[in-house]
Amino acid sequence: MLEQLAISTLNGIIYGMLLFMLASGLTLIFGMMGVLNLAHASMYMLGAYLGYQISKTIGFLPALILGPLALGLGGALLERYGLRRVHQHGHVSELLFTFGVAFMIQEAVQMIWGRIGVPYRVPPELDFPLFRLFDTPYPAYRIFVLVLAVAIFVGLFAILSRSRIGLVIRAALTHPNMVGMLGHNVPQVFMLVFGVGAGLAGLAGVIGGPIFVTSPNMAGALGAILFTVVVIGGLGSLPGALLASLLIGLVQTFAVVMDVSLDDFIKAIGVDAKAGNILGDIQHTTIAQIAPILPYLMLLVMLVVRPRGLFGSRDV
Amino acid sequence: MLELQDVHAYYGKSHVLQGVNLHLTEGEIVTLLGRNGVGRSTTIKAIMGDVVCTGTIRFKGRDILGLKSYEIARLGVGYVPENRDIFPGLTVRENLLLGQKKRHAQGRWSMQDMFALFPRLEERAEVSAGVLSGGEQQMLTICRTLMGDPDLIMVDEPTEGLAPRMVELVADLLRRIAERGVSILLVEQKLTIALEISRRVYVMGHGRVVFEGTPASLSADATIRKEWLEV
Repeated sequence: MLEQLAISTLNGIIYGMLLFMLASGLTLIFGMMGVLNLAHASMYMLGAYLGYQISKTIGFLPALILGPLALGLGGALLERYGLRRVHQHGHVSELLFTFGVAFMIQEAVQMIWGRIGVPYRVPPELDFPLFRLFDTPYPAYRIFVLVLAVAIFVGLFAILSRSRIGLVIRAALTHPNMVGMLGHNVPQVFMLVFGVGAGLAGLAGVIGGPIFVTSPNMAGALGAILFTVVVIGGLGSLPGALLASLLIGLVQTFAVVMDVSLDDFIKAIGVDAKAGNILGDIQHTTIAQIAPILPYLMLLVMLVVRPRGLFGSRDV
Repeated sequence: MLELQDVHAYYGKSHVLQGVNLHLTEGEIVTLLGRNGVGRSTTIKAIMGDVVCTGTIRFKGRDILGLKSYEIARLGVGYVPENRDIFPGLTVRENLLLGQKKRHAQGRWSMQDMFALFPRLEERAEVSAGVLSGGEQQMLTICRTLMGDPDLIMVDEPTEGLAPRMVELVADLLRRIAERGVSILLVEQKLTIALEISRRVYVMGHGRVVFEGTPASLSADATIRKEWLEV
């Protein structure tokens, strides 16, 4: 029991930190430009495929550097020559634009690498058990992902809270127009943030690909979770994104291993199994089975109870 | 230094600026007067590149119409918005730092100058700007723009909703700014302030300039005041 608790906590935190790597970019882009980037999860997927491809041909370390760089550059160009032009036609056009990009990446990935997943595995250099948690060996690669994600998080916070560009970004989150009128090149800051956001999504793909399955479904599956993280945390709030990422990471990881259902509850209160069987399949359903819908349930509750999210300053 | 010729602007179908002509020379304080909704704020937003418009706007001999706001700001135009657009989540010090266009810019004004002018800002330097009083926020927005060392500063309704003592402080600050050779384009409701500190005044009505002259000549012209200013 304790062993399972420890392992699930660690797994949940790692999953949560990966979510944060994606959500941080998404929430900053939304806060500043008012654009919900629907292609964000697709960039994560593209990162995983690029990671797979580069690892296969050159090696994992080059993949770790080149994958995010390529996506960061691509993201910056996409903002500069695509989104910026669409911007003058309003938010709906921008949303459609990012939707188109998501679709394009999806189709391109399927055309190049096929409709089923690719065998993107943990790099052999990191494929060994690092320590034993009670009796279970814990893979070194997961700890590597955790360390990298924490380092990114610390770096991101340091830049935002201590540097001058961070100051400009924080001000532009709420008042981009005013920041421009003080003489700061806000469009360039947008491009930078979009690029860094895309790069981080790519990095999450490169390091997350071997843990989860690298397939064309990964964007759709993660995209929805990502939006729940951003809404629960509060649009545009980095601390909110961190907390919501960890929360959802832990909830999902724990729910999957909880093999209890209403049956167990009914048995526990001493009702005869046969007599108590009124709800049929509903009461046989375990928490593990409903795990995938828990984040959306949290999203709905959050929208009703506190529409601005945990740390957001405005309503959705 | 600043010259507007036949500037037109539209908000959707309404024709807000209908051919505005005005000019400003170095070190001058000029006030735009007029009732609400006649296009005074729109005029200075047009100069700042925040409103799409046609015509000619020249600053220091350069055509600036069509440039981005940040480019216009970098040429030396400072803007203090009407709604005191401070960054509420940032501290007072951070707000002032954002006024600087570059990290180590040395202009006419330093952070120490600002603190010397308004000790209250120094006392509250590490406090979120959002909790300052209305008057303090007004001072902060003006000081923030001064940190960018503008050659022309445009101030939109700085005394609106302020206590009389604060109004005096604002008027005093504007005079000090002009003393350092900075031109001021002021949008103001309060006739007394405008007549007291301006060298020239413009009166706007229905999207164009209907009067131009010295404060004395406006005081003398009862018809203009009656038709375009008094309510």
